[in-house]
Amino acid sequence: MSITVTMPTDTTLVMTRTFDAPRDLVWAAHTEAAHLRRWWGRGNPLDVEIDFVNGGKWRFVEHADGTEHAFRGEYRDIDPPNGYTWTFEYEPMAGQIAVERYEFTESGGRTTVTSTTTFDSKANRDEMAQSGMEEGAEQSYRALDTLLAELRG
Amino acid sequence: MPVSITVPDPIDGVFAALADPTRRAILARLAAGETTAGELAGAFPISPQAVSKHLNVLENAGLIVRTRQAQWRRCRIAPGPLRDVAAWVGQYRQLWEERYDALDDYLAEQQREKP
Repeated sequence: MSITVTMPTDTTLVMTRTFDAPRDLVWAAHTEAAHLRRWWGRGNPLDVEIDFVNGGKWRFVEHADGTEHAFRGEYRDIDPPNGYTWTFEYEPMAGQIAVERYEFTESGGRTTVTSTTTFDSKANRDEMAQSGMEEGAEQSYRALDTLLAELRG
Repeated sequence: MPVSITVPDPIDGVFAALADPTRRAILARLAAGETTAGELAGAFPISPQAVSKHLNVLENAGLIVRTRQAQWRRCRIAPGPLRDVAAWVGQYRQLWEERYDALDDYLAEQQREKP
């Protein structure tokens, strides 16, 4: 199953992805430290500290190629098992805070996760854009076609 | 009197330009090949003036190039800034594809353990 990415406004990015699992399990996988540790790091060791209550803090440290990447934020608007919001900050870019809303819907035993990321400012988004530019030269017209098709979604 | 010159942020302009569905449709049309401003205007159910405004925004963002040959005004796509955006979205997507593929595996494992 693939991810759908759209950019409905110039500071918002929406991603949807469907999982072959019931909502309660997908919800638990997103909101409990013991589960998060096993997948969020994409196979890299991950330290997880979460206080999953409104106003509670979270901090993840991903260990990849001898480097530590730390992310942190705060939970808001927790509404189990429908959705929650967290603020998201990459520590080397502290102060650039994005707000991400995660929503979970179940249909026929499958669960769709929709995440809406709102960059706090265009400067924030540009910073993230700049940090992703290194491999830009390798991108082809094909990537461009895909992007345009998605942006129309 | 001193003159201040504001240098537009190229990426900022690109995102703002892409935020509009008509402008994305114009880009999609231009991705298929160079065309004239007149042909473009005819392809959209809005006034030629409105198309022209969108073309101005796209041109200011560096997303298209307009040229004039005799009486013909031609438009073509300028791929550079779009590739930058595509690269950014692509990296974001790749990160999350890896993360969610790992979640797929984990969810399958969990469901095997708890039938």
